[in-house]
Amino acid sequence: MHLKYESTLREPLVDGEKNYHQVTEDIIGPIEGKPGKLWYVGFFISVALLLWGVFSVTWEVYYGTGVWNLNKTIGWGWDITNFVWWVGIGHAGTLISAILLLFRQGWRTGVNRAAEAMTIFAVMCAGQFPIFHMGRVWMAFFVLPYPNTRGPLWVNFNSPLLWDVFAISTYFTVSLLFWYSGLLPDFATVRDRAKTKLRKLLYGVASFGWTGSAKHWQRHEALSLVLAGLSTPLVLSVHTIVSFDFATSVIPGWHTTIFPPYFVAGAIFSGFAMVNTLLIIVRKVLGLEDYITMGHMEAMNKVIVLTGSVVGCAYLTELFMAWYAAVPYEFATFYKYRAAGPLGWSYWIMMTCNVITPQVFWFRKMRRNIAVTFVMSIIVNIGMWFERFVIICTSLYRDYLPSSWSYYRPSWPEVGFYMGTFGLFFTCFFLFAKYFPVIAVAEIKFVLKTSGESFKKNNMEALEPLSAEEFEHHAHGAHDDHDHGHAGHAVAHAHN
Amino acid sequence: MAVKNFVVASFDDEAVLFPAVKKVRTAGYKIHDVYTPFPVHGLDHAMGLRETSLHTAGFIYGICGTTTALSCMSWIFNSDWPLNIGGKPHFPLPAFIPITFELTVLFSAVGMVMTFCYLCNLMPFVKKHIFHPRQTDDLFVMAIEVTAKTNAEELKAFLAQAGGLEINEQRAEAGWWYGRFDQDDEPTLYKNAQTAVNA
Repeated sequence: MHLKYESTLREPLVDGEKNYHQVTEDIIGPIEGKPGKLWYVGFFISVALLLWGVFSVTWEVYYGTGVWNLNKTIGWGWDITNFVWWVGIGHAGTLISAILLLFRQGWRTGVNRAAEAMTIFAVMCAGQFPIFHMGRVWMAFFVLPYPNTRGPLWVNFNSPLLWDVFAISTYFTVSLLFWYSGLLPDFATVRDRAKTKLRKLLYGVASFGWTGSAKHWQRHEALSLVLAGLSTPLVLSVHTIVSFDFATSVIPGWHTTIFPPYFVAGAIFSGFAMVNTLLIIVRKVLGLEDYITMGHMEAMNKVIVLTGSVVGCAYLTELFMAWYAAVPYEFATFYKYRAAGPLGWSYWIMMTCNVITPQVFWFRKMRRNIAVTFVMSIIVNIGMWFERFVIICTSLYRDYLPSSWSYYRPSWPEVGFYMGTFGLFFTCFFLFAKYFPVIAVAEIKFVLKTSGESFKKNNMEALEPLSAEEFEHHAHGAHDDHDHGHAGHAVAHAHN
Repeated sequence: MAVKNFVVASFDDEAVLFPAVKKVRTAGYKIHDVYTPFPVHGLDHAMGLRETSLHTAGFIYGICGTTTALSCMSWIFNSDWPLNIGGKPHFPLPAFIPITFELTVLFSAVGMVMTFCYLCNLMPFVKKHIFHPRQTDDLFVMAIEVTAKTNAEELKAFLAQAGGLEINEQRAEAGWWYGRFDQDDEPTLYKNAQTAVNA
């Protein structure tokens, strides 16, 4: 749409002629229908992957972590790589719902619900890795500080690994509460229009008896705002603490002060890519193109190119510092065994996917191209997986003692475990897409009259009756006349 | 809680709702509540509701989290079981910051959500009377309590003039009860008893 008095950058957040009821119909409608064939196919593939993951993990628990290809040199491999990767993906949801709320970015309303769901599922997947990496997983509760019978042995509060326990569990809890408190009004909407008894019962229970009372909305708004304020530093702290797992060690390649901002930027980078991957499919399958518009995709692609470039700067800073610090071990790690050496290929995959390819998003045409966005979102996540792999494995496989040098490739239970988390993630996401309102219905209604296409148009017509083309032509014509007049005057002057 | 009589009017536009709320209040009627499908900014002020103190509660919960984390960790490291971890101090404040921060956020968030649910009576299997099934869809529904002094017919006419669409009288439980939304389980026994008393 062509706008007259408002910047064309502020495009409508909701396309088409909509009223409040139409918004409800569009978003709640898919919940009430039967899922399509594609949904069943996708769901069963996910469940199959999940079961394969359960088998791989059971194998590992039964025989011990020895079935993984970790050894004395490479103590962390695919497991921690996957952990950091999933946690990073889990950052976009809270970033969108919290930080963009505080920054008053209106476009977050279309994507926040699905992004928050994605966050929760990604953190669930992430949590599996450190837990099963413990080996004797039935002892996992040892990480909890409580007065115990083990002589009273407490956990070490100085350890970043323990900080991680607190950070991840807090992050999961707070994200879940934030997400669910936003879902209450939408569940009530589903409940009140439900035709079947079962749906009335289930959504009635899920909605906690929400009615939409003015006082409740007032408290709900206050709650959302404070939770957003709390989640903002929280989301930054979580990946900061994950980066401390590495940065507080003395391993060359890990012992770096730029890790916290670099990890946070990388987390946002991969998280937004995953949001794009999922939403491009969701908007198509559920027919929500009016709510998740190209404008939304473009906004996320802008974040991707920004954070991708921040990550790129971090890579170059690391290389520079490795040379400038003149520590031989640091230099060897970066220049001999990371950018080159037997695992050097992974470094260059990372560089290509994370730094070079996202630069296409400097072009508006590319940012607004669905196919490019989809392919890029997958490339970015491959790149970010390799970033974690590079950080972990290329720092470990050549250590101080050449006799301990090793090479690393995963065994089948490690790969199976990773595939299993994909199964868990997509099983949850398929269920979410079918049974939950994938867009925050109440929030869309809230912005509809200020950001809906038809409302924007009407508001504008009240100010200026001319159509956009006429208006432009009119303004242009007047300008031309003025020029002519001026030229004529100049000519007349010369003539005189 | 009690069963009460209400005059209920629905509005289809917030631009009509606001003046109506104002008119009803100036006329001296008691608005029981206004139900909206999404947060309507300024409605709380128009209805004369006081600002919520949920923020303050959140702050207090947060402070509780901070003190819990700091006092527990320093008690454990200093008096309960002092461990020598690489010769590090027993009160390493910088190392305590991450957990202290996380617990502050955790206490504040969990506390606030629980307080929110408590104040708004929100819980699984809690049920309340729904005045209009479209109050969570596209209508703004105003419920006005009918007291002994209220002339219901006059009020209805007044609301119609103010732009109300479907105007009716409902006798309903004003509070909440345990129930399921697939069953019509409004506390009828109580309602009947109440009717008997009134009669």
